[in-house]
Amino acid sequence: MAAAAPATSTEQSWHAIVLRTLKRNEIGLVPYVPDRVLTPLIKSLHADAFFTTFATAREEEAVGILTGAWMGGRRGALLMQTSGFATLANALASLVVPCQIPLIMFVSERGTLGEFNYGQSLVCRTMRPVLDSLAMEHHTMTRLDELEFTVDRSIKQAVATQAPVTLILSPLLTGGKVFDK
Amino acid sequence: MSVPMNTQSAARNTKVMNRFDLTSRLVAKLKHEEAVIGGIGNTNFDLWAAGHRPQNFYMLGSMGLAFPIALGVALAQPDRRVIALEGDGSLLMQLGCLATIATLAPKNLTLVVMDNGIYQITGSQPTPAQHADLVAVAAGCGLSNGAWAADEEDFERLVDRALLADVPTLIAARIDDKPGVGTTRRDPVQIRERFMLGLGVRQPL
Repeated sequence: MAAAAPATSTEQSWHAIVLRTLKRNEIGLVPYVPDRVLTPLIKSLHADAFFTTFATAREEEAVGILTGAWMGGRRGALLMQTSGFATLANALASLVVPCQIPLIMFVSERGTLGEFNYGQSLVCRTMRPVLDSLAMEHHTMTRLDELEFTVDRSIKQAVATQAPVTLILSPLLTGGKVFDK
Repeated sequence: MSVPMNTQSAARNTKVMNRFDLTSRLVAKLKHEEAVIGGIGNTNFDLWAAGHRPQNFYMLGSMGLAFPIALGVALAQPDRRVIALEGDGSLLMQLGCLATIATLAPKNLTLVVMDNGIYQITGSQPTPAQHADLVAVAAGCGLSNGAWAADEEDFERLVDRALLADVPTLIAARIDDKPGVGTTRRDPVQIRERFMLGLGVRQPL
């Protein structure tokens, strides 16, 4: 395993801010189903020995892993894209919410602000209604200057109130994915 | 034309056993506060009926997530043995987790599959896996330390071996079509909280 990634403490990219805020809050277990937009974050997580980060075959599987880890005393967060979130309604409604698991989810928002794939734009519209129907806290992060505050406070609130939170990474923050490659 | 049950088992030299009996035999061997995750439905009903332990987690929904939840517990507490009990129909919903478990290779995780070839709880409809061998599927995912239990004595031997192993292990058992013996109380918050107390993560108020 590589040593801690250098010079992340003051770097102001969105992914450097997310990484150091995770670390400060002892969020060390990070399963993911990848997204192009998330690639720099995933790379830096793999490069930092503090994190145990790995791919799962499905997003639901990662929800199960993080639920078990929380119950065993270890904190984590799930990284995915919008279409992955759309597979989660049953696991959220039948496990995470009724068991009061402070599941922390980061969603790279696809399907808006320049989407080129109609299916992505449709599935994107299902995300907030699902979150709202379960009364789950969520924030859409569009600004770099608000990112650290939102991520840090949201993690602390999730743990303190034993309630899940979804942090949506807008293309306004990340640049999104705008070309068909 | 109806599909006969358990056709995939016909060629196997494995006895058809009973879920509650096997679960009771397993629980009787647990002397070190091992964590046990019971999958949805009959699997956790029989775990409940075998005698409540503070280290038991009973999954009330989220079909297919017993193995992933157990993996999470195993990663969080590497010094504790973790056992997951899952039905064949449930495992079919989340086969990919076998590959993830093989890749992470936790030393403290044992996976048990109770295979009756049917969705007993919904009316005993046959699963689509009439010609599948779940031990072979797991081996194909990289979980090479798996075996079918030939009979009850062999099941106990496999459990003894799994509890000492330093690689993830899988035990599959052919079981009959009997429903679960007990019924888990549907109290998810209390189930989760008691499990965390049992794992030493929480202290009572």
